[in-house]
Amino acid sequence: MQTSFELRWHGRGGQGAVTAAIIVAEAAIFDGKNAQAFPEFGAERRGAPVKAYTRVSERQIFTRSPIIAPDMVVVLDTSIDKKIYFDGLKVGGTLLINSSKDRSELREKIERKDIMVAKVDATHIAMDELGAAIVNTAMVGALIKVVPLAKFDSVGEAIRENFKSKIAESNVKAAGRAYNEVEVLS
Amino acid sequence: METMEKSIWKRLPLSSNYAVAYAAKDSDVDEIAAYPITPQTTVVEKLSEFIANGELLAEMVHVESEHSAMSASIGASAAGARAFTATSSQGLELMHELLHIASGMRLPIVMSVSARALSAPLSIWGDYSDVMNTRDTSWITIIASSAQEVYDSIVQAYRIAESVMLPVMVAYDGFMMSHTYEPVFVSEKSDLFRNYIPRKDRVILDTRKPVTMGAVANPDWYYEAKYQQVKAMEEAYGASVEADQAFSKLYGRNYGLVEEYNVENSDLIILTYGGLFGTVKQAVDEMKENGVSVGAARVRLFRPFPLNELRMLLLKSKAFVVLDRSFSNGLPVSGPLAIELKSMMNSYNITVPVYSYIVGLGQRTVSEADISKITNQALAGKGVNESIYWGVRE
Repeated sequence: MQTSFELRWHGRGGQGAVTAAIIVAEAAIFDGKNAQAFPEFGAERRGAPVKAYTRVSERQIFTRSPIIAPDMVVVLDTSIDKKIYFDGLKVGGTLLINSSKDRSELREKIERKDIMVAKVDATHIAMDELGAAIVNTAMVGALIKVVPLAKFDSVGEAIRENFKSKIAESNVKAAGRAYNEVEVLS
Repeated sequence: METMEKSIWKRLPLSSNYAVAYAAKDSDVDEIAAYPITPQTTVVEKLSEFIANGELLAEMVHVESEHSAMSASIGASAAGARAFTATSSQGLELMHELLHIASGMRLPIVMSVSARALSAPLSIWGDYSDVMNTRDTSWITIIASSAQEVYDSIVQAYRIAESVMLPVMVAYDGFMMSHTYEPVFVSEKSDLFRNYIPRKDRVILDTRKPVTMGAVANPDWYYEAKYQQVKAMEEAYGASVEADQAFSKLYGRNYGLVEEYNVENSDLIILTYGGLFGTVKQAVDEMKENGVSVGAARVRLFRPFPLNELRMLLLKSKAFVVLDRSFSNGLPVSGPLAIELKSMMNSYNITVPVYSYIVGLGQRTVSEADISKITNQALAGKGVNESIYWGVRE
């Protein structure tokens, strides 16, 4: 991992993008790293587009400004406009997207060829494990497989901090499945 | 940090609001009276959890407004309790008349403020308009710039308050800090601070030893009572230094009253307060790489005003930018910190240029690019006599 990594989350209200951003930072902090997580500060309404940010660094993090040139974007909901989530994504950066499309179909639809693309069917996993399309913990599991920002056990610990006991275990399971099922396309 | 014994701390991911709650718990407060307001709410939620779980033995007084929250805090503190409250924005405004009563009655209340813009127009987002409106209330005012500092400052605040008998406000950015998660060392033990903030005897309301508090003062005594507050605020200067140094000795962390970053031999120093200091430091690092000679500083203690530290700072550069997240309308230089700095400079015949910028009102984003552009504009010598409202659409 590079010394500092900047991550932007895109979802819709109710999918848990903000919690996902926090879980990753918490897990990285449990691992002894420096991390920072915060939402894009706006009205949080169910269904509205939501942004959140995570920074993970080996060094102390000074800045508190929103991430405008992320190393990676994580997209929880494919109905969000591409222009929004590709905005500022670095050349050579990574897109992790929740999608049920097959590899070639998805790769073709993404015009940017200068980035790495990873996909996971988080909605399917969340429906299986939680019985609801709350995809955040699955996306966190997939994320740390693609970029090892935190250990899986630390993610589990962070999930247990954020959810009540019974839901926590299903969420850890969803994260674990996504960790195993995520595919890197290119 | 190497100086810290690992065993007495646990390193947790916390927002500044949660850091406040942990600090109030670890300061062993007896009474909390608060009314929920964005973005302060999670402070009180967390404290309620601590009480419900038995981790904190304290009375949570459910009040119907911030006016009552401060009234209850005054009553509890007068009766001898270690009182804590938390608020933001309109809540702090609604408390305003009680703020004067708390300080006038010389009660060592500690309050956290998640600093937020004021209505109208309605804004739930962060700036320092609420805090700056309390400048004349005789509250000692600390402005923190990280969640760790928020935690440490609440504990320090009780030592200062109970030493000089004035209330202390610990402020930090609404949202940009109140809702941002970052690593914080909190005490592993419940009694870590017991000797740092020991329980002291003081005059309280006690039926066995009756006293009157908050009585009328006729013209022959009011002035003297107020002058005692002036002397107490003067003492608060030394008490704030002492609290920070004693904290450093025991716990390995300290902040000073004015924090400096890369200030030596700079052509320009950017002076600010709160969480914005982090972004400014990042911008300073980036500008240094491009050969711009610029440093950063922040005022941590706003009341009493740290004039010795600022006089030293003013010797260290050819020019200064002051970034304020609030404004006092009707003055050519309207940023509160800029106004006070210029007033102090005038008293000491210091003539270095100070450029006042208003930024981040209602949480308008301030990025490293903004800091860099402001620096370039200031180095070109613009805006000496009036504040610049950075980035506003006219």
